[in-house]
Amino acid sequence: MAAVFEFYLVSYRRVWRGSAMSSFVLPLLTMLGFGLGVGAYVEGGVDGAPYLDWMVPGLIASTALQVAVFESTWPVLSSFNWVRTYEGQAATPVRLDDILGGNLLFVMFRALTSIVAFLLVALAFGVLHSPWALATLPIGALLAFAVAAPTFAYSSSVTSDSFLALLFRFVVIPMSLFAGVFFPVESLPVGLRWLAYASPLWHGVDLSRAATLGVAPEWSVAGHLAYLSVWAVGGYLLARRQFAKRLVV
Amino acid sequence: MSDPGARVRGVATEPLIHARGLVKRFGSFTAVDGIDVDVQPGEAFGFLGPNGAGKSSTMRMVGCVSPPTGGTLRILGMDPRRDGPAIRGRLGVCPQLDNLDPELTVRENLTTYARYFGIPRKVARQRADELLDFVQLTERAGSKVEPLSGGMKRRLTIARALVNEPEIVLLDEPTTGLDPQARHLVWERLFRLKQQGVTLVLTTHYMDEAEQLCDRLVVMDAGKIVAEGSPRELIERYSTREVVELRFTAESQEGFADKLAGIGERVEVLPDRILLYVEDGDAALAAVHERALTPASVLERRSSLEDVFLHLTGRTLVD
Repeated sequence: MAAVFEFYLVSYRRVWRGSAMSSFVLPLLTMLGFGLGVGAYVEGGVDGAPYLDWMVPGLIASTALQVAVFESTWPVLSSFNWVRTYEGQAATPVRLDDILGGNLLFVMFRALTSIVAFLLVALAFGVLHSPWALATLPIGALLAFAVAAPTFAYSSSVTSDSFLALLFRFVVIPMSLFAGVFFPVESLPVGLRWLAYASPLWHGVDLSRAATLGVAPEWSVAGHLAYLSVWAVGGYLLARRQFAKRLVV
Repeated sequence: MSDPGARVRGVATEPLIHARGLVKRFGSFTAVDGIDVDVQPGEAFGFLGPNGAGKSSTMRMVGCVSPPTGGTLRILGMDPRRDGPAIRGRLGVCPQLDNLDPELTVRENLTTYARYFGIPRKVARQRADELLDFVQLTERAGSKVEPLSGGMKRRLTIARALVNEPEIVLLDEPTTGLDPQARHLVWERLFRLKQQGVTLVLTTHYMDEAEQLCDRLVVMDAGKIVAEGSPRELIERYSTREVVELRFTAESQEGFADKLAGIGERVEVLPDRILLYVEDGDAALAAVHERALTPASVLERRSSLEDVFLHLTGRTLVD
C-alpha cells in the first residue's frame, strides 16, 4: 500500500506548486467576500459567533469533501479506462486492498493539504477561537474517506464521465449548499432537514465548527464519528467489490 | 501434449508454466476451452491465433490477474489461486495496450513501478538506468512519457516489465501497431533477453514475429489449441514446402481452378489469385505451362507460417 501511495506522491510532486497555490485562493476569497461582504449584513452572527467565524469551519469541511470527491471521480475513471494505472498495478505483487487503499490514502492526503491551507488563512484572519481547531485535520481526513470510498465505488461502476458531472450537480453541490455550511440546518423546512442530517457533510461541519469555535457540537461526538465511519466502511466494501469486478476477471 | 523442450535438453525440469484442461468462461461465453500447455525454462513460447481465439484470456490467467474457471494451472510450481502475489512478483508483464503514466518521466515510470515489487529506492534507480540503456531510452530518461513515439513507449513498457528481473516475461502482442523499424528494434531486444535465458511467452498474430522469436508455439482458434510445434514443424505438417501464386487476367479466377487440378497437393482459389501448394515450385510451374495456361503474373515462394495459420484458422474475418 505504501508503494501505491508513493506513486501518487511522485505524480503529485509534478503539480504540487500550482495545487498548493490554488488551495489558498478559495480561503482568501472567502475571507474577503464573506468577511467584508456578506458578514456585514448578518447582524449579531449565528449562535453568538460572528458570521465569518461561524461559516469558516463549515467551509473547511466542505472543501475537504469537494477535494475528496473530485480526486475520486475523474482520476479513478482514468485509472480504469484511459491511463489504466490499476491494470499495471494489478500485474505486480500489489493486492487489491493496496491498490484501493493506497489511492484512498492519497485522497486523504489531498484533503489534508487543503485543510492546512485553509487553517493558515483562517488563523491570519483571526477566526479560529480554540486550539481545538487542529482537530479539523483528523475530522477532515475521516470525512474525506467517508465520501471518497463510496465515490470510488460509483466512479468504478459508471461507463462514461458524464455520470461524474451528474454526481457533482445533484449530490455534491446541493450538499455543500444545504448541509449547514452557510446557514443552520434548522432554517430548512422540517421535511428537508433530515436530508441534511443524513449527508456525511453535516456531521463533518458540526464537528469542525465545534472545534474552531471551541464549543460543544450539536450532536454527540461519538455519534458523528460512528456515522462517518459507517459511510467509510460501507463505501470501502462497495468500492472493493467493484474494483474486484473490474480488475480480477 | 508432448514435451519437446524437455526432451531436447534431456532433463526433467518442471515446466515454468503447466496447464491441463485450462478453461476460462465469461458467463455463457467460453474464451478458453480446455487447453494443455507446458512452457520450459529458457523457451520462447508463442500463442498464435486470430482475434478472439482466447490468447489474451490465457495470458491473463498466466499473469495471475484472472482466476481460471476450470482445469489445472501451475506457474513456477505454484498455484495462481493461492499464491498470486508471489507468482506475480516473479513475472514481467507487457500488456497489449501500454499503461504507462503519461504525466511521469520515463525514469519515474520505472522507479515507481519497481516499488510495487518491494525493490529499495536506490536499487530501483540503479536498475532503471540499466534498463533504459538496454532499451535505448537513456537520452529520454528525464522527459515525460506523453510525447514519446509508439515504439519508444513499447520499449519503455518492456523495460518496466523487466524491473523485477522476472523469470518469465509475458508479452501480449508486443509489436502491434509499430512501424517496421520499431518492430525490428523490439525483436532484437527480445532476442537478446532470450539469449540471457529469460523465458518469453508471447501472443501475436504476426507470423513473421512468431517465426523470428518463437522456439515453439501453439495455434489457437475459438478457445482451443489446433496445432502445436516449432515454426518449421508446423510448416512441414500443415503446408507444403513451396507455394506458387498465379494471377489470371480473366474476370474470375474460378474457371481456372479445374484446369489446374492435380498440380501440387492443394489448390486454393482466392478472389484475386490462385495458390498452388507444391513441393517443387519450378516443376509445378512447368506443369501449368504444359496445360497451355498463361497466368498474367507468377510468384514462387517458400511456404510460411502464415499459410499454416490461414489453413488452420480459415480466411474468414474474425472481429
